[in-house]
Amino acid sequence: MPEPVTFLGRATALVGTHEASAIEMGARTLLKKRDRAAAEFPVMEEMRDRARAIRLHALSNLDRLLGHFADRAEEAGVNVHFAADAEEASATVARILEETGSRLVVKSKSMVSEEIELNEHLEASEIEVVETDLGEFIVQLAGDTPSHIIAPVLHMMRQDVGRLFEEKLGVAYTEDPTELNQIAREHLREKFLQADAGISGVNIAVAETGSVILVTNEGNGRLTTTAPRVHIALMGMERIVSRWEDAAVVLEVLARSATGQRLSVYTNVVTGPRREGEPDGPEQVHVVVIDNGRSEVLAGGTAEILACIRCGACLNACPVFRSVGGHAYGTVYSGPVGSVVTPGLHGMEPWWELPYASTLCGACEEVCPVRIQIPSMLLQLRAQAAEGGRLPGWLEKGMSRYTQTAVSPKKWARAKRWASLLSAPISSKGWIRHLPGPGRGWTDSRDLPRPAKESFTDWWRSNRGS
Amino acid sequence: MQGPDIQLFVTCLVDTMAPEVGRASVNALEATGRTVGFPEGQSCCGQPAFNVGLWDMAREMAAHTLDVLDGTEGPIVVPSGSCAEMLIHHYPALFAETDRKEQASRVSERTVELTRYLTSQPEAPAASCDGCEVAYHYSCHGLRGLGLAETADQLLEGVDRVELEGDTECCGFGGLFSVEMPSVSTAIMDDKLDKVETSGATMLVGSDVSCLMHMEGGLRRRGSDIEVKHIAELLEPGDA
Ligand code: SF4
Repeated sequence: MPEPVTFLGRATALVGTHEASAIEMGARTLLKKRDRAAAEFPVMEEMRDRARAIRLHALSNLDRLLGHFADRAEEAGVNVHFAADAEEASATVARILEETGSRLVVKSKSMVSEEIELNEHLEASEIEVVETDLGEFIVQLAGDTPSHIIAPVLHMMRQDVGRLFEEKLGVAYTEDPTELNQIAREHLREKFLQADAGISGVNIAVAETGSVILVTNEGNGRLTTTAPRVHIALMGMERIVSRWEDAAVVLEVLARSATGQRLSVYTNVVTGPRREGEPDGPEQVHVVVIDNGRSEVLAGGTAEILACIRCGACLNACPVFRSVGGHAYGTVYSGPVGSVVTPGLHGMEPWWELPYASTLCGACEEVCPVRIQIPSMLLQLRAQAAEGGRLPGWLEKGMSRYTQTAVSPKKWARAKRWASLLSAPISSKGWIRHLPGPGRGWTDSRDLPRPAKESFTDWWRSNRGS
Repeated sequence: MQGPDIQLFVTCLVDTMAPEVGRASVNALEATGRTVGFPEGQSCCGQPAFNVGLWDMAREMAAHTLDVLDGTEGPIVVPSGSCAEMLIHHYPALFAETDRKEQASRVSERTVELTRYLTSQPEAPAASCDGCEVAYHYSCHGLRGLGLAETADQLLEGVDRVELEGDTECCGFGGLFSVEMPSVSTAIMDDKLDKVETSGATMLVGSDVSCLMHMEGGLRRRGSDIEVKHIAELLEPGDA
């Protein structure tokens, strides 16, 4: 049996590739923009505190807020559906599409739709789904998967996109971003006009009015939710706040943290279908509220991760993410947030390794607009993984032996002497170049200093001890 | 008889791999006019086990460390931001629901990282290094966990420093991460070392032996002759 491909396997394959350098460059650009926007906003730190309080409040009142939201939304003419898991969510969408006779669907960016693998599900039922977010459009065209939660093609350079368009759309090669955008728009315009239904995500749902807010930078979200007859909005059940005031605070920190903008270019609010006398808008609006593991996360030790507003800043700040990109994580939500959320939503098996894909440097928490304590949750998940006996044998046995040595001063002294003696034949001028076994992980790329002949303890005894 | 003013918790890495950093720490601490003690029986604070999730083992080592330190008096000074953070923040959490709770909070309250302790003293020693161009790396746990940045800057006031791009970014060490995920650890390190090399530094300085060992190992493998030192080593009286 071949070993299952793990984070480490995927990451190792990605290190040093063209894709990894595109990620490194793109993530650093986004991070710089975020840092500048945060520095220029005198109340950024207070806003982060407020956003955190708002989101935590929403999580501890989730049932009530969702009930409230559903009531208000239904009053405004929205059909609200609750889906317990991915399958039910996809089935709900499929059913709505069938009932409305929809064959062609345009879609704006929605991470939760990736999470429930909606496209795969719909394509099986012969419905054509067209991604209209430029990044998602490129991903779909390339048969790829998103590499970043807000910038799906962060792993591609514009030259890559130019070549893809040339090949798949039969247009002349260009690497000019405006021209590439134009090509995609022209291709998509027809689809918007013909589409029966539009599917979108939800950035924030506002309980007090039953509205859903979508933020985009391309305007495709607006078309998706207004041009077709039917609009289906998919939302993770945690994506809610009580009041408009709260939504405003979240929007302030979201745009700045995500792209360094003061506000995203389009902030689209949907409160019910087209009303009498309105010139446009869909005949039907459906909101599908998706649980898919969230209730369980909410009840556990990592509940706070559900306060996430999906800005992607923690990905950009993460040295691990920047070195390998989102594809290494093997799942929809990557980077620090993904390493907490994925084992929570989809179980420790096989995702227990993701919490280890971190140096625990804390850069994620430092930039998170809602100050989610990601490193401490990664530690908690590691403890769960270790308790479940998932660590490699060498590590667990080695640590056990180390522990027994460390708690016995006699053994500790003896171990230091042995380490120094045993390392003598394999070191030269005080450095070791090759270690056997798991130690190779170190010496494949780094020299290791030889353990000291005289430990500090020994020195103290001979020079300072009484 | 009165005991020493300060207790040194030297850390397992300094004890076994870098005793010179321990000796330099003693000298720097004594330069403040205090007497230094070295509580017998100390070894590892348990951080490696804690960080990989083996919390029972971490608790065993932490309990041992608590027993070694709790009987002593005065500040417990640690020449590592990362191990200091373990004692300060993680011990109270590890023992929150045990009968060692009080002991853990006593030790936590007494613990202070070396550069913070030194800069809190009226007679803080100053670093010196003739002919060196120093790049300083702010290790993550000290920086983000304990808010250490100015302390090193203050100690290094008299030293020629070069600007190191990304000096607050992780070096890729991450404890056992460096061995468990060597490819990623090395990729992060390479980015860091590229920056160290282009900074024009002749010496890389930090306050955590662990990160320094990782970066020095990488620099040596590259054949670089940039020296690597713990900040305590620059504080020795007379730059001995
Ligand atoms: S965890 Fe925080 S930083 Fe990361 S995506 Fe969510 S809100 Fe943004």
